[in-house]
Amino acid sequence: MPTEVLMPALSPTMEKGNLAKWLKKEGDPVKSGDVIAEIETDKATMEVEAVDEGTLGKILVPEGTADVAVNTPIAMILAEGEDAAALKDGKRAPAKQSQAEQAARQQKAAEPAPPAQQAESPKKAEAPARTGTAQPPSTARMPEPDVPAGTELVSMTMREALRDAMAEEMRRDPDVFVMGEEVAEYQGAYKVTQGLLDEFGARRVIDTPITEHGFAGVGVGAALAGLKPVVEFMTFNFAMQAMDQLINSAAKTQYMSGGQVTVSIVFRGPNGPASRVAAQHSQDYSAWYSHIPGLKVIAPSNAADAKGLLKAAIRDPNPVIFLENEILYGHSSQVPRLDDYVLPIGRARIVRPGKDVTIVAWSMGMTYALKAAEELTKENIEAEVIDLRTLKPMDSDTIVKSVKKTGRLVTVEEGWKQSGVGSEIAARISEKAFDYLDAPVTRVCGKDVPMPYAANLEKLALPSIAEIVEAVKAASYR
Amino acid sequence: MLLIRRFEEKAGQMYGMGLIGGFCHLYIGQEAVVVGMKLAMRDGDQMITGYRDHGHMLACGMDPKGVMAELTGRRGGYSKGKGGSMHMFSLEQKFYGGHGIVGAQVPLGTGLAFANKYRGNNNVCLTYFGDGAANQGQVYESFNMAELWKLPVVYVIENNRYAMGTSVARSSAQPDLWKRGASFNIPGAQIDGMDVRAVKAAAEQAIAWCRSGKGPTILEMLTYRYRGHSMSDPAKYRTKEEVDKVRTEHDPIEQVRRRLLDKKWASEDDLKKIDAAVRAIVNEASEFATHDAEPDPSELYTDVYH
Repeated sequence: MPTEVLMPALSPTMEKGNLAKWLKKEGDPVKSGDVIAEIETDKATMEVEAVDEGTLGKILVPEGTADVAVNTPIAMILAEGEDAAALKDGKRAPAKQSQAEQAARQQKAAEPAPPAQQAESPKKAEAPARTGTAQPPSTARMPEPDVPAGTELVSMTMREALRDAMAEEMRRDPDVFVMGEEVAEYQGAYKVTQGLLDEFGARRVIDTPITEHGFAGVGVGAALAGLKPVVEFMTFNFAMQAMDQLINSAAKTQYMSGGQVTVSIVFRGPNGPASRVAAQHSQDYSAWYSHIPGLKVIAPSNAADAKGLLKAAIRDPNPVIFLENEILYGHSSQVPRLDDYVLPIGRARIVRPGKDVTIVAWSMGMTYALKAAEELTKENIEAEVIDLRTLKPMDSDTIVKSVKKTGRLVTVEEGWKQSGVGSEIAARISEKAFDYLDAPVTRVCGKDVPMPYAANLEKLALPSIAEIVEAVKAASYR
Repeated sequence: MLLIRRFEEKAGQMYGMGLIGGFCHLYIGQEAVVVGMKLAMRDGDQMITGYRDHGHMLACGMDPKGVMAELTGRRGGYSKGKGGSMHMFSLEQKFYGGHGIVGAQVPLGTGLAFANKYRGNNNVCLTYFGDGAANQGQVYESFNMAELWKLPVVYVIENNRYAMGTSVARSSAQPDLWKRGASFNIPGAQIDGMDVRAVKAAAEQAIAWCRSGKGPTILEMLTYRYRGHSMSDPAKYRTKEEVDKVRTEHDPIEQVRRRLLDKKWASEDDLKKIDAAVRAIVNEASEFATHDAEPDPSELYTDVYH
């Protein structure tokens, strides 16, 4: 029986990739371990090794095909003794690109690409939750007050938006530099800094050894001298090594010095669970950092916010913890095409207005919240979904105003329940909107366990859309 | 050196009177280290150290009134009373603190040197830490990066033999601290830190090396503190005889005094005048620090955004 070779997932969050090159031709012998093809994802170029032995019978996906979904059959291998006749004529083409997507890609290619944007990253369609049929079109994306009417919107991934933010700030201010593990020559462990080394050189894009405690301190020292470092942690799990420098040296110095010394530094990187990376690599640090006076803490959920807020963070004279998310890096959404798109830190945004219940979320939590809101519409419950965007300083005024309208509040976070950010929100609402509450505040959180590895357990450990829907219905006494 | 000595003695006294609270780590006996190093620095070079920092501040030319008033927690202190003994800075005098976490200043100083190289300003950062801090992991992370990137930083290890109550012999598998950079190819030297001339000579060589772009150096200063680790330390881990021996035979200030007199570079009268002038400065500082007002309560919420 001929065996199918399937498009492999080369990272926990990979959903598709480009089949860049075939290293074997039809008719070539294949042994276990032979490299037969090269695949490009938005993160890296990887090799595909054959597991089965035989002859490469048929190539199903030609070289150069983009956006091949994981598990698509890409070739057939004939076992010893089989010949071409054994191949079924079942050529399965990869998912065909829609006309619109193709047109958009061509248009993008025609525009002069900014030097930092060299990656051929597959453009995902806008996340369905934000254009669900239940949403009135005018509120699908509430414009920031400072984006001029008629501004062109460009679709890009959050990864690209973050890169653009850093590149723009580095062009604007020679004191801004980037450092971290693999940020330069590797083009970024998650390809967020891709292209920066080429444009700005090794003096301003610096690969560090694996020494978080040390290089966080070096970054703070450089900030004491007046430079503006952007320090990348490969994930915030590794930042625990550096915690003393972040809190005792960065956060507290302005206060301890009576205002004489400021520390303008950004610490950024992926936070929270990714996919199947288990307990030591999945922690959500929102609650820890937002506890500290002197730190600003930002957690964007989409590309436009990521760009505008990272630019603001780099300009801010305070130390900023910029919590990104590995899964969100690949999500595309609309970003205004403006020369200098900077958003205010400390302002939440009502992403979806509603009258029956308030749901507050941030970062990955917004994905669950918006999908839950869609589900709730089917039950005639209109949820108002607020994207907190900044955890510290927290815009509780926007939440209070909303709760005064809806009378019910559900918070959503991936972090653990005890002493989580939802607890803080609940306390503030209790203080400022007690008389307006028709039900207790409910927190939907990651479960209070270290993140398990097994796929089913991980799903259970994370918050779910169903849990949010249930919480809303309970708060609505349905 | 005399200014530092008298200032620290006065601070000790004021602590006993309850005018200074919390932590107070005195530099008495170690004066030659910072003064010798400072003599080799030039304008633009920076200094950073841990919490035994009053001597460093005075050596950098910071105002004794501002330092003492910070110790007493008054509004005229360098940090408006909000930092205390371990958290004073002067950007003007290029003194970058004043840090309370053992070893934290080492990556920070390495970062200051990084900024110097980034800007191409030819300045050198002197980063001080003690024998206790020399076992902190972040010190070695800093050494690695400093040598890898050839950063202009001189690491000055003030080995006063005791990290609080633990001697170097009890804490360190490699007690020759000047060798601690060997794993990273950083040159090191061991200096008699009680002799200000030896310190200055070593400083000049080390700073020149760094300034020429050859990377970091390590200077282990053999020094001694007469008082305990801090004001709350009865120092039972060493004998009175040991302290007395160092004080009678190796005191950094007494060495200079005798040399000045022996070589007739100064008379007893000259030295008395210097002593009086120093005491006057210290007394003025003490008076100011005792009578200045505490910070206004509104300062509780300033210097941190909300």
